[in-house]
Amino acid sequence: MINDDNRRFRSLTVALLLLGLILAGCEHPPVDTVQRGYRGLGMEAVVNPRILADKVAANIPPDPLPAVSSAGPKAAEVYQNVQILGDLSVAEFTRLMASITAWVSPEQGCAYCHDQANFADDSLYTKRVARVMIAMTQRTNEDWQAHVGDTGVTCYTCHRGLPVPAEVWATDPGPRHVKGLAPAQQNIASAAVAYASLPYDPLTPLLYDDNEIRVISESALPQGSRKSIKQTEWTYSLMMHFSDSLGVGCTHCHNSRSFFAWDQSPPERTKAWHAIRQVREINKVFIDSTADILPASRKGPLGDPLKVSCKTCHQGAYRPLYGANMLKDYPSLAKLSGKARAAKDAGGN
Amino acid sequence: MSMLSFERKYRVRGGTLVGGDLFDFWVGPFYVGFFGVTAIFFALLGTLLIIYGAAIGPTWNLWQINIAPPDLKYGLGLAPLKEGGLWQIITICAIGAFVSWALRQVEIARKLGMGLHIPFAFSFAILAYVTLVVVRPLLLGAWGHGFPYGIISHLDWVSNVGYQFLHFHYNPAHMLAVTFFFTTTLALSMHGSLILAVTNPGRGEEVKGGEHENTFFRDDIGYSIGALGIHRLGLFLALSAGFWSAVCIVISGPFWTRGWPEWWNWWLQLPIWS
Repeated sequence: MINDDNRRFRSLTVALLLLGLILAGCEHPPVDTVQRGYRGLGMEAVVNPRILADKVAANIPPDPLPAVSSAGPKAAEVYQNVQILGDLSVAEFTRLMASITAWVSPEQGCAYCHDQANFADDSLYTKRVARVMIAMTQRTNEDWQAHVGDTGVTCYTCHRGLPVPAEVWATDPGPRHVKGLAPAQQNIASAAVAYASLPYDPLTPLLYDDNEIRVISESALPQGSRKSIKQTEWTYSLMMHFSDSLGVGCTHCHNSRSFFAWDQSPPERTKAWHAIRQVREINKVFIDSTADILPASRKGPLGDPLKVSCKTCHQGAYRPLYGANMLKDYPSLAKLSGKARAAKDAGGN
Repeated sequence: MSMLSFERKYRVRGGTLVGGDLFDFWVGPFYVGFFGVTAIFFALLGTLLIIYGAAIGPTWNLWQINIAPPDLKYGLGLAPLKEGGLWQIITICAIGAFVSWALRQVEIARKLGMGLHIPFAFSFAILAYVTLVVVRPLLLGAWGHGFPYGIISHLDWVSNVGYQFLHFHYNPAHMLAVTFFFTTTLALSMHGSLILAVTNPGRGEEVKGGEHENTFFRDDIGYSIGALGIHRLGLFLALSAGFWSAVCIVISGPFWTRGWPEWWNWWLQLPIWS
């Protein structure tokens, strides 16, 4: 009997240990849920409030510098070689420069971009890149409102106090492998696609090049559609990147009963459609234009410059910085100005 | 109504759980019992309510009739009849009917001196249903998390709930459930084909028995689990499929809110290689 009891006790302990181990890998109730469609359709967001609290705490923007007068001489009149922000008053210009330093290079200071002997000098590549980045920010806020709305973006949206934003990417050559045993661009648990075994670099063909993302056939029977399962996996892996970047499930943008039908999709999908086009533009027009001046440390293993994806700005939040509006305190970033304005007015983009 | 020759043997008094002799009778070939009465009551009421729901709904198309659960804002309270209250009452009816049926199976098993294997097995199906419409909604805090009653609408629910977690095939319990479902059909097809083969001998041959069956599978896959064993295995596989199905949905949401692929990071982070 004692033996039996012992054995029972031991197996109970083992069972409890196993159960504990299994649960240790999980989260626990209560969780928050948000209904996002007709009742019973399963269109909902499930959020762990404890994880969300940590993410919100990590996404609080810095306080803006106190506003300054727009009166007085313009930056272009006082300083030399001001190509983009020359319309600002000297006080506004200085405030923006100080803010950019705090957002992008708080440790390196002004010297990260400027020759300290001559601030007007363009010899540092960082200064020339910064000019492109400012134009990119202005372009985003002026022309891509369908994506960023009035909230807009500032340097801080991506940089968060780092000279190179934490979430950038370059074309992924894949893991090392035995010759002849290429992993077919998939089948590794890739962080870029939320640890699925789907193709690990959907960003190059779909967020840099503008290959077709939509793969669903338009007819009930399999006639005519040339789309393959393989192609669908690339789309799926891009969508995994979206979900992971925004910290949401597929149902944030899609009613999965019909992924392609716009009339059944939540309005967020429209933003994502514009976002895809915008990110391609950022990568092709703005990032690529810096390719010649960037050092190798700012490029990927294949020599392409570090690029932008959804995660670069969103960083796990469905709205970057959970919708904090930094732009309202920095109106100079909301409109194209200087050389960038002139280029656009001349008919370019 | 006439009885089959062997049927009289099984019409035994007693063994009831509730009601003593009151409902201990047969209607035609059907045993009634207290739980037969409650099963009929709940099934009829529930079905009529579904028909009522269809009548006040937009369509009589069988595929599209939809009795949806309440909005999440009603939480664990009662909802107005036409805004999910119907779903709540139908759910009570369904559970009442299913549980009644299981308890009627218990009574019949007691009459026949059988084990409780049949109600035990059926209770796994009930467990899976109750997990979907009661346990998970309780854990998530709203009846609105139950699935809607409709042929197409419940499939939409399954799809959307799955995609909330990015890729449901990475749900470990879903993996187990799917594997058990496949294995139970594999076992059934192997066993069924074996029985059909031995009971349908060629012209001039005799029906084969257990030794033939064992020999066939020992030749074929090196092992025969035996005539009794295959039924134990079948029960285990089938019940495991239902059990892990219930687990895979109850952990999605209450115990995991992110994409399922990410859950496997514990593996990537094992100190052996990380």
